[in-house]
Amino acid sequence: MSAQVQENPRSPADREQRRAQVVAALARVIPADAILSGVEQTAPYECDGLTAYRAPPLVVVLPQTESEVAGVLATCHALGVPIVARGAGTGLSGGAMPHRMGVSLALARFDKILRLDPAAGTAVVQCGVRNLAISEAAARYGLYYAPDPSSQIACTIGGNVAENSGGVHCLKYGLTLHNVLRVRGFTASGDAVEFGSEALDAPGLDLLPLVVGSEGMLAVTLEVSVKLTPKPQLARCIMASFADIEAAGAAVANIIARGLIPAGLELMDKPMTAVAEDYVHAGYDLEAAAILLCESDGTPEEVEEEIHRMTQVLAESGATRIEVSRDEAQRLRFWSGRKNAFPASGGISPDYMCMDSTIPRRCLAEMLRAIEVMSGKHGLRCVNVFHAGDGNLHPLILFDANDPDQMRRCEAFGAEILEMSVRLGGTVTGEHGVGVEKLNSMCVQFSPEEREAFFAVKRAFDPDGILNPDKVIPTLQRCAEYGKMHVHHGELKFAELPRF
Amino acid sequence: MSLHEAPALLRLVDQVRDAAARRSPLDIRGGGTKAFYGETPRGEPFDAASLAGIVCYEPSELVVTARAGTPLDELESVLAARGQCLAFEPPRFAPGGTVGGMVAAGLSGPSRAAVGSLRDFVMGASLLNGRGELLHFGGQVMKNVAGYDVSRVLAGSWGVLGVLCEVSLKVLPVATAAETLEFDRDEAGALAEFASWRSQPLPLRALAWHRGRLVVRLAGAAAAVGSACATLGGIAVAPDDARDFWQALRDQRHVFFRPTPAELSTGLALWRLSLPATAPPIDLPGEQMIEWGGALRWWRTAAPASAVRAAASGMGGHATLVRAAAKPDGAFARPGAALMRIHLGLKRAFDPEGVFNPGRLYAEF
Repeated sequence: MSAQVQENPRSPADREQRRAQVVAALARVIPADAILSGVEQTAPYECDGLTAYRAPPLVVVLPQTESEVAGVLATCHALGVPIVARGAGTGLSGGAMPHRMGVSLALARFDKILRLDPAAGTAVVQCGVRNLAISEAAARYGLYYAPDPSSQIACTIGGNVAENSGGVHCLKYGLTLHNVLRVRGFTASGDAVEFGSEALDAPGLDLLPLVVGSEGMLAVTLEVSVKLTPKPQLARCIMASFADIEAAGAAVANIIARGLIPAGLELMDKPMTAVAEDYVHAGYDLEAAAILLCESDGTPEEVEEEIHRMTQVLAESGATRIEVSRDEAQRLRFWSGRKNAFPASGGISPDYMCMDSTIPRRCLAEMLRAIEVMSGKHGLRCVNVFHAGDGNLHPLILFDANDPDQMRRCEAFGAEILEMSVRLGGTVTGEHGVGVEKLNSMCVQFSPEEREAFFAVKRAFDPDGILNPDKVIPTLQRCAEYGKMHVHHGELKFAELPRF
Repeated sequence: MSLHEAPALLRLVDQVRDAAARRSPLDIRGGGTKAFYGETPRGEPFDAASLAGIVCYEPSELVVTARAGTPLDELESVLAARGQCLAFEPPRFAPGGTVGGMVAAGLSGPSRAAVGSLRDFVMGASLLNGRGELLHFGGQVMKNVAGYDVSRVLAGSWGVLGVLCEVSLKVLPVATAAETLEFDRDEAGALAEFASWRSQPLPLRALAWHRGRLVVRLAGAAAAVGSACATLGGIAVAPDDARDFWQALRDQRHVFFRPTPAELSTGLALWRLSLPATAPPIDLPGEQMIEWGGALRWWRTAAPASAVRAAASGMGGHATLVRAAAKPDGAFARPGAALMRIHLGLKRAFDPEGVFNPGRLYAEF
């Protein structure tokens, strides 16, 4: 039986006393140099990729072996100390933001690729292995790991499992869940567990989809078996311009409706195109209201056939300019602006907030028009990139975090985008996770009964609430304070009443 | 009409509340085509098929939303009319199966290793829990990480967590071209071919082996299928024969999958072994059918249950007793103690009075 998770004590002295107690207990299970407790030592761990949200951890531990992790878990469980696991800290929703009274479990030292089996098409890797490192190691067998979040050079597979990370190729190759076979780790109480299997299914309820995307709240991931995909022999990309957003939205629907599944299908609006062009000089059409990037990959014959059909559909859908990459250098140039959309936006504004909602593809134009109106209403600029194939939006709201009024308007703007996404039948987060950032928006998407079901799932895995507490699922009280009504799949109560 | 207001739903809610108040078990039924699978259902028959119909289908969204009682053949013909399909090829053991039963069983057909499992195609679900509350998880969009992914846990849950009311599934276009090739290979030879093909960019859709015959289905763009046929060689199977072969595998209508009552009475049983695809040949008495490029190995064998389960777990997999005269040691392999505790916690979370399909999966709940 574990002690209850301790609430924030009143005084700094209480906190110091608790820190000393936790450090002493941890020193029995992990070497002293793997425990960080001084303020200067723990400061780098105060946030993840969402830097606007910070909290100082009580202690940071850097275990090197699984038995050290088990020891840390048992110690924290016995003392009722919250545990927040973290990988590279590249997450965008504050999922790895520390707990003020908790231990941050930094797992970056688990960075070994344990097994690469080309005949099985699988790799077994430790949680701290970087996403891109898997593909680099598999390249000599002509294989790669398909999910490619934009942070793939730095983010770890453990973090990808926590967030069910996506990328630009999800429509064809799936999310993390679809490319992970097995996750091995510990429960909060230190029991060794394995979810999934290297076979294609495992006995009992399929718990893997709960663990993947659980934002570190259900179990601690130490080892992951991933599926490797044969590397396509060729990829080519079409860049198509549209004179209005509606035509671009219709083109996306037409491509899918014709039975084509592009390897990537991305949209950038005019303001985004201008920012990206300025940053990378990719040769984007600055007159276009929207640009679509549509990629085909596979065997040379397959790509030729698909590119031909895609070009036809784009032309029929009213594209004003169509360019097909002739070679790999040109393909990469087409993508360079899209891939640099975030840093490019960072260059023209002190801060930006990246939203991540998903909507049904057919609502794309309606959504972009609405964002334009919201932009005027809140007095903040917004540039849009969009995983059009998956309906996943990334509006980047540009603001200055040093100006409290801008910060407030930015949050209101973001919340309005998320609420509209839910109203259109979508979701508040497509790939970045809820973390701490979207807690309020969860009140809009889920009913009190559904949120209670989430808490019950959490208790089934972690009865004492040790792992990453206070994230992802808002309490009843929090939702009451937020005061926004819950909308279900676009089924708003009194839908006939006008709303602005 | 929205699900909340459907009269059929309101009747189900009343029945669930009544059963929960009496702690009286319910045997959730759709078309009743999978009653033979798993543990024997017990409890009052609970007809979930009344909640039926396709709610929303937008081919350009690649998603269909259907009530759980919708007949599977109705759903598949609506998709086929728009050139789309359920790519995971759920088995249809008999006519009359429902969408809800398909999801609850969580079974996928020959294309599973190539395209993913039924679970992978679930995007959202509406569930009636043991308190008679209607809960929605997931949605109609593929990328969705808001909250725990409960909808996908329902795939293969055999109804133990609640009554599935509505489900949204990802659908895919039917491949523009398909070819089936066959080769003479012994078991080890077939497994070796599967391993070598798997690491190449080939449009493999299904890989099977039975009685010295390796059969491969290629599907995708015409050009890709054409060039793969040239690369692989083998003998092309006539389209009608190919369709019959894969359907007999998918629906387990092939005589291999249907031991007669006389055969079952001799102790022969049908086992499903789910293994890492690269597991070596298994030594059991009886006859074998291999699917999923080696990841699924069916056995008709009279070997004792303990021997079959040991063979599977020894290779990192598990075995399910599918058809037998009796299943005294249980139909399904069991998870370890830590996972079983999580199972029990989830059961309590969704069905605190234990009314839904008790014992259908495991005796504990």
